[in-house]
Amino acid sequence: MGKKHKKVVVLPCSGIGKVFGALARETMYELLEKTRPGTVATTCLPLLVIQDPEAVALVTANPVITIDGCPKDCAKKSVQALGKEPEKAYEAIKFYTAHKDLKPEGIAEVNETGRKLAQVAAAEVAKVVDELAAGEEA
Amino acid sequence: MDIQVQKVGIVSCSGEEIPEGTLCRLACRRVLDERPGETVTICLPLFIAGGEEERTFASNYPTITVDGCDKMCAAKATEMLSGKPAKSLSIPEILKKHGLKAPDKLRHFGPEEDAAVRAVAGEIARAVDEVLEEE
Repeated sequence: MGKKHKKVVVLPCSGIGKVFGALARETMYELLEKTRPGTVATTCLPLLVIQDPEAVALVTANPVITIDGCPKDCAKKSVQALGKEPEKAYEAIKFYTAHKDLKPEGIAEVNETGRKLAQVAAAEVAKVVDELAAGEEA
Repeated sequence: MDIQVQKVGIVSCSGEEIPEGTLCRLACRRVLDERPGETVTICLPLFIAGGEEERTFASNYPTITVDGCDKMCAAKATEMLSGKPAKSLSIPEILKKHGLKAPDKLRHFGPEEDAAVRAVAGEIARAVDEVLEEE
């Protein structure tokens, strides 16, 4: 077992053009506020783009989970641009393909069904958060 | 005769960490939905994660950046990686101008936050008009 971590950083897609970007963000907020408060941390993805020292330090010093909303994989690539590979990279669409009864809608924010899907997704991601916080590989 | 319709690029702070970021995203999205023929957007991290097409965004469109805090990521990243924005807007300045408080939650905005979303969207729309007039 590796080093234990106080924080696990979850970075979602920052897009405002597609439903799965909004789902990625809602899943992160669910983890941050309800599922794993105190363990999960986040930062604004654009802070990594401008190489803000605090944001870069947070991401480089802690395990990172990315949740991307489209195949362009901005969240994952923004971490890779810092010379680090995310410990786990999700594509938000796969949460939906695994739970087709919960079809999310909305672009800037998801609808009620999308919020339910985000709760389900957060519960799945939380298992990886726990492993990473304990110092285990995802 | 072809008529070239000029579009204005809107680059939003994504601000996942702060309520002003959510306000920014919702206001930008509102303007994009209300002015589909005149506005276009790009996800800011695509300046790094994308290709040549994404990096030339601010060269292809006169661009308005909208930032949620004084770190001004959208304005800085656009200028550094794509091109100088035509206008840079700041959510704290817009809220101050309209005598509004910043929202205090990160998600699930409702009627209580709508005045702020309307005020910011209105300022973005005004900036779009100004940029289109200048072009």
